[in-house]
Amino acid sequence: MREKAIYILAILAAVVMISNLKTVFTGLPDEAMQGAIYRIIFIHVPAAINADIFFTISLVTSILFLMKKNFFWDSVSVSCIEVGTMLVLLNLVTGSIWGRNQWGVWWAWDLRMTSQLMCFLLYLGYLLVRPAIAEPTQRATLSAFIAIFAYADIPLVLMAIRLPNVRTQHPGPVLETGTMAAEFRAPFAIGILAIFLICSALVLIRLHQETAQREIDSLRRELHSV
Amino acid sequence: MKRGLLTAIAIAKKDLQTELRTKESINASASFALVILVLFSFAFDLGREELYAISGGLLWLVFSFAGALIVNRSFARELPNDCLDVLVASPAPAWAIFLGKSVAAFFLLLIVELISLPVFGLFYNIHWANSFWALLLVMALATWGITVVGTAFSAVTVNIKLRELMLPVLLYPILIPLLIGAMGTTTALLAGEPMNGEALASLRLLIGFDAIYTALALYLIEFILIV
Repeated sequence: MREKAIYILAILAAVVMISNLKTVFTGLPDEAMQGAIYRIIFIHVPAAINADIFFTISLVTSILFLMKKNFFWDSVSVSCIEVGTMLVLLNLVTGSIWGRNQWGVWWAWDLRMTSQLMCFLLYLGYLLVRPAIAEPTQRATLSAFIAIFAYADIPLVLMAIRLPNVRTQHPGPVLETGTMAAEFRAPFAIGILAIFLICSALVLIRLHQETAQREIDSLRRELHSV
Repeated sequence: MKRGLLTAIAIAKKDLQTELRTKESINASASFALVILVLFSFAFDLGREELYAISGGLLWLVFSFAGALIVNRSFARELPNDCLDVLVASPAPAWAIFLGKSVAAFFLLLIVELISLPVFGLFYNIHWANSFWALLLVMALATWGITVVGTAFSAVTVNIKLRELMLPVLLYPILIPLLIGAMGTTTALLAGEPMNGEALASLRLLIGFDAIYTALALYLIEFILIV
């Protein structure tokens, strides 16, 4: 049942992603100022939005784990954080490529770049520490603690780097103010959906692996006790 | 509540006393801070103006490195003879144990900072004495932030392998907003700028960080210590 769901989700994700990429690369005209490179926005921004979605899920499931001590929630947390961290990396790399083309530098210590990099480092710490803890309950509890701390840091980092007179080179908030051209909006929204579907499939696969891993571990412990 | 606070004071006293008798982490931390201060002088060759502009940054890098050494020992100190298990099994609430250890680490790091500050002024020819009391306030706020988060993560990493490696990996990213705030305020104070605008916002950030993480750590430490 679960495998079927993963297959269906993955196929759906592939279809949506490929058809959207086709629209983006062949259906849309080049942007007036930037030329062809602007198309990176259809990956770059959806990746960031989805990373935030998955980190938020991981925060909720981490709290749930601490409250209920159910390992399912721990598995969801780690799956979401792995996928989210990968998305942040995708966001950073695509942004860096765009920056090299448009600004002439790979990195600019701009407001959003800095906060996104910190976000990456925080969750990287989570992923590094996890394998170092052998005992499952301990691993899950400590991981949940780190996940909550990491999430609490993000608004603070945002606030902190806003302090010395805002240095941002990022384009203004095109989404909220509605300055994005009408024909770009649909591929943009579908881009968010496509990445969400792909990552949901990835989360489900990771969840499956985590569950299997836990079963193997418990069998191994049983074997040792005999 | 009152009993918890008394327990916290007792644990802080115990930790301070052990440390002041053996001086194992404070000596290491203070000499490490001095070494880093000396190393920085080779790394940068700066004029007077530039030196004041980066002074806060230099100082807080040194303090945060020294801080990691101090908090690393907070819970690790209890490992020999299974003292940690006894401490956790005792009727003392987890938050009181944590608070006591944080307070002890706070004073230890503050001592290291007070040793390093004059040396820093001496080596780099920076006048800090005029703004000493304001600096002390900033140091107290930021040091509390470092030690409260550091002690919490010291409890996280105490039982895992590669403890000494994992603590900095976790600690420094979390401390970024605090360090940005502390560096901003300290630079403004050392340069003799008035406390308004940016510096005031940095100060608010420090207070906000302390409040949020103290509350979060005191609330969540129960889960961490008892696993």
